[in-house]
Amino acid sequence: MALQIVWFILIGVLFAGYAILDGFDLGVGMLHLFVRDDHDRRLLLNSIGPVWDGNEVWLVTGGGALFAAFSAVYATLFSGLYLVFMLLLLGLIFRGISIEFRSKEPMVWWRKTWDIAFFAGSLVVSFLLGAFVGNLARGLPLGPDGSFIGSFWSLLNPYAMLVGITTVSLFMMHGSIYLVMKTEGEFHDRIRGWVNNCIIFFIICAVTTTMATLLYFPRLTMPFREYPILFLVPLLLMLAIANVPREISRRKDFSAFISSCAAMVMLLAVLSIGLFPNLVYASNDPSRSLTVYNASSSHHTLVIMLVIALIGMPVVVAYTAAIYWIFRDKVRLDSHSY
Amino acid sequence: MNTLMLSRIQFGLTISFHYLFPPLSIGIAMLMVVMEGLYLKTGNKIYEQMARFWTRIFALTFGIGVATGIVMEFEFGTNWANYSRFVGDIFGSPLASEGIFAFFLESGFLAILLFGWDRVKPKMHFFSTLMVSLGSIFSAVWINVANSWMQTPAGFKLLVKNDGGIHTLVFPPDANFGRFHPLLSHGQVIKAQITSFWQVVLNPSTLDRLLHVILGAEMAGAFLVISISAWYLLKNRHLELAQRSLKIGLVAACIGSVAQLLSGDLNARMIAKYQPAKLAAFEGIYKAHAPAALSIMGWTNSKAQTVEGIKLHDMLSWLLYFNPKHAVVGLDQFKRSDWPPVNPVFQSYHLMVGIGMGLILVSVLGVFFWWRGSLNRQRWLLWIFVFSVAGPELANEFGWFSAEVGRQPWIVYGILKTSQGVSPHLPAGQVLASIIMFGAVYLMLGALFIYLLNRKIQHGPDDTEGIKLPKESPLPTHARMDA
Repeated sequence: MALQIVWFILIGVLFAGYAILDGFDLGVGMLHLFVRDDHDRRLLLNSIGPVWDGNEVWLVTGGGALFAAFSAVYATLFSGLYLVFMLLLLGLIFRGISIEFRSKEPMVWWRKTWDIAFFAGSLVVSFLLGAFVGNLARGLPLGPDGSFIGSFWSLLNPYAMLVGITTVSLFMMHGSIYLVMKTEGEFHDRIRGWVNNCIIFFIICAVTTTMATLLYFPRLTMPFREYPILFLVPLLLMLAIANVPREISRRKDFSAFISSCAAMVMLLAVLSIGLFPNLVYASNDPSRSLTVYNASSSHHTLVIMLVIALIGMPVVVAYTAAIYWIFRDKVRLDSHSY
Repeated sequence: MNTLMLSRIQFGLTISFHYLFPPLSIGIAMLMVVMEGLYLKTGNKIYEQMARFWTRIFALTFGIGVATGIVMEFEFGTNWANYSRFVGDIFGSPLASEGIFAFFLESGFLAILLFGWDRVKPKMHFFSTLMVSLGSIFSAVWINVANSWMQTPAGFKLLVKNDGGIHTLVFPPDANFGRFHPLLSHGQVIKAQITSFWQVVLNPSTLDRLLHVILGAEMAGAFLVISISAWYLLKNRHLELAQRSLKIGLVAACIGSVAQLLSGDLNARMIAKYQPAKLAAFEGIYKAHAPAALSIMGWTNSKAQTVEGIKLHDMLSWLLYFNPKHAVVGLDQFKRSDWPPVNPVFQSYHLMVGIGMGLILVSVLGVFFWWRGSLNRQRWLLWIFVFSVAGPELANEFGWFSAEVGRQPWIVYGILKTSQGVSPHLPAGQVLASIIMFGAVYLMLGALFIYLLNRKIQHGPDDTEGIKLPKESPLPTHARMDA
């Protein structure tokens, strides 16, 4: 397999890792204001307290890997979608500091302010990530040098908004399942009721997005028509989503969480297959598209990066798993909690 | 103002604010390793209390470092798209490596460091502290690799397009930096491509600059510990913790600041060799001189090409080449358009050096009175200690400023100008909007940091911080989403 394709997949793996891990942090953040009691809000915060920081690193590393492997794509997307990324950064800053600052002071106004910042930051990040993916699926107008030549307002199109809302619903579902895993007692039972609402919200959004994609961007379905075997991926996606409410009703919370993770991976796989070999599809002139072949770094760099990833990532996955294992039990507040 | 100038302002603003925090984290983490190691070795509970207390201070600096650091990872793409296209083949790898080898390590084990005191055995906790410290040092390693490559690029070839087609230019690692290669002036550089990963990583300035950065961070952490401990001593609080922390801090500060002097010397000689225009700006050398004088302080005048101030004759030639008769390259050997802004670079460089000398004096005085057994009675010195943390923080900022502004007008030294690196289609209004946004948010973050740091210091080492609940639960408890 060409190294460019290997890196296309590896970048996908990094962003899937980010979606799975920070997805539940962001989901917990968006559910935060639905809990009213201070103690319960602290339970929510501390359920992600030890891990959110490491989860965010998947995004940073994904960005770095994109820079290393497909620098033209990194340059075009980040400069072209400038304000989108600035707002995304703003959201990430507020999400992070509100987790850390919220419980440092007992004043009601202080905690309320950071509660809102935590919620808003998580919502903005989730929505913008989705809107970004929506624009990526849709394609962007590119100049002859591969730069984005559209306007900021053109990025706020209905399809991108729809994918943004779908991402919000996906992360909310994922976050609610994570919370069911991490809580106990009466609070746990209450959250269990939320999961089904979140699933319904997500399924409505996902079906609408799918219809819109099939109607307006049939280009994305071409690979599936060409290679029918690929239809297994959306099929698995459907099964994974359908399995979530099943596992929840059987009280197999961890299995439900794994199903939700699988659904996210499949969603990204469907998107990647639809886009391939394009990374950024030029909507005005397809010959200007940035593909895995014309936007990649040199063979030498791709080899170096592969060696670095093969040395580094297994170690990362091993100690990350160990740390999750150490913090596997239900969340309780103690003197070190946020 | 145009996109280029605004993008430079934004990068300067975001990096200098960010750079207030990571050095503190790196430095404190090193001392936490020492304290927790002492606890494991001696079993003395006071060291455990110290490790826990300084971990809480660390958590605050780390948190703001992470929040402001994520901006940096993406700013190359947002504002410097052409730079990213040009160097992506080389510059992306160290950034990705920083994620894989540094950020994962520190933020992963941070979970155990902050929340694992009662979950894992003391040895495992110590191991986590060590990993966090290592991770923070690795992040300095990789970002320094990336930045040093911009200063002294090596291990690459250039693809240059002109009328004759596409040419490949290979630069030897000791190329005559700071002057355009003849082919570059009538051809368009398409991109740089890697030829040797290890030459990129170990480019001529990497090791000298890495040592300088790490020592700067170690000093920042040491002086923060000194500063807070001295304040406790002056206020007669937490005496045992303060006393022992102060001594550990003083040893670290003394070693760090003296070593930094030697490291600075190494850097000056490296820069004289590889970035002569930058060194000329550091010292205000307009005309090549043999011998050249060293300025202690002064004011440069680029019109008259003179420096007014206090100078030591022959000293610069002596320091750089151990030979008072050796000539030092002057700015006159470069085109006027290839000069960095001389006076800002001169001033920030001299401020860094001056502060560094002051820190040596302060830490040596501290060790002297400690040896005499009268440190606690020297209240004037303890008060100097309280404010001393500003020293390494400012010196780190001025040092970066002289390194980065001294590199101008180049973004990659001698190869690509800063003006060629900016995003080509980015509207200036959008950059202005994001500068205002970052300005407001960072002002707030800075104020919050000072406020919360002060709270933590006032609160001291007791273990009940941050868990005070509101007296009565102020919010209704009956919200149900499923109702």
